[in-house]
Amino acid sequence: MREIKTDRIIDTVEKLCIDANYNLGEDVEKLIREGMATEESVFGKYIFEQILDNVKLARNEKIAMCQDTGLAVVYIEVGQEVHITGGSLEEAINEGVRRGYKNGYLRKSAVDDPLFKRVNTTDNTPAIIYTDIVPGDKIKIMVVPKGGGAENMGGIKLLKPSDGVQGVIDFVVKTVTEAGGNPCPPVVVGVGIGGTMDKATVIAKKALARKAGQPNENPDYARLEKEILEKINKSGVGPQGLGGRVTALAVHIEYFPTHIATMPVAVNLNCHASRHAEATI
Amino acid sequence: MAEIKKITTPLTPEIVGSLKAGDMVAITGVIYTGRDAAHKKLVETVKEGKPLPIEIEGQTIYYVGPCPAQPGQAIGSCGPTTSGRMDAYAPILMDLGQKGMIGKGPRSKSVVESMVKNKAVYFAAIGGAGAAIARSVKKADVVAYPELGPEAIYRLEVEEFPCIVVIDSAGNDLYELGPAQYKA
Repeated sequence: MREIKTDRIIDTVEKLCIDANYNLGEDVEKLIREGMATEESVFGKYIFEQILDNVKLARNEKIAMCQDTGLAVVYIEVGQEVHITGGSLEEAINEGVRRGYKNGYLRKSAVDDPLFKRVNTTDNTPAIIYTDIVPGDKIKIMVVPKGGGAENMGGIKLLKPSDGVQGVIDFVVKTVTEAGGNPCPPVVVGVGIGGTMDKATVIAKKALARKAGQPNENPDYARLEKEILEKINKSGVGPQGLGGRVTALAVHIEYFPTHIATMPVAVNLNCHASRHAEATI
Repeated sequence: MAEIKKITTPLTPEIVGSLKAGDMVAITGVIYTGRDAAHKKLVETVKEGKPLPIEIEGQTIYYVGPCPAQPGQAIGSCGPTTSGRMDAYAPILMDLGQKGMIGKGPRSKSVVESMVKNKAVYFAAIGGAGAAIARSVKKADVVAYPELGPEAIYRLEVEEFPCIVVIDSAGNDLYELGPAQYKA
């Protein structure tokens, strides 16, 4: 057994919250640059310039690139040879989020009771935590700050198996197109196909954390990603919904085996500030 | 790229009337922040017949919940939030004299109708460019609802705050006109 103290988990989560919000990944920035080269609309080109200027400014001056620093979605893979000491794993993650959002001057966007009171928890906790137990003696932590504007524009549809590939394409394209300027396009589109209703949404969100633009390893799904991306970019929605050729930067599909009777499809969107940071300890 | 029109707040009917969907503007003057929770409170106050905590006549509300300021900054990252969530409230405030809204994303039919009736204008700031936008905010003070944290109403002094007129007071809507040109 390898011992890992919760202090180390707290420190790592704190750093990742700050890093993800200040420093846009090179993978996403590369897609933004390619998008700018493709865009024909005058406003679209202007918006791309502003986005890149903003990315540079946030990185150089160490400030959040977007004020919506999100709910902290934390994926943690715990090696089964690891013994965590010094307290609860969940509390350690939340303490890391608390410190990261305070010390990084990030916005606290969590409200407790979602319906009646909606009072800000003032420290951006609780995090949304997904824990997996995996082989090995390490802990991998990934922080994906998730903004509300893009999150609101996702969707799930419980398709029939007979709806087939066309059913998936139609639903994803419709969801992104109807979102218009709301999710801050150009967006990254996470799609989850299969599993159960809940599983499809979980893998759709996790798809957003994949290296931006990297195709699915399965060639059928990689082709589908490309086809959906092309269709979305023919919608005309464009950067910020003001019209143009680039509505999405990438489509990432994840899939999972499902029941003989079902074919759930979930769409989870990220804005152009598609943030994710990870570390292994 | 079109010439950038420099305008000042509070917005007069003349300024509003001169702005057309697709104009690029730089706003200088005082604007107020307000998003979901503040709008709910403002409209509840109106319905109770009580006075609003800010003078709304001619004012512009920026739909934003900023990040905390770092030492030496006036404000943290402060880009626009999705305006559609304020659609239920905006016509009530425009009936009381609000002239400008800054946010991102399309508005409902009832908001556009209220804009035409009340001669108001809707500007888009670039969503996700909050760090760059913060450069044009020179001063920020909470003036109402401090208990709402980032959702409090701030009075912002801005200089050449960059925006695009997306819906003008005649109801022309760039969210409809723009994408129609590029739909394949």
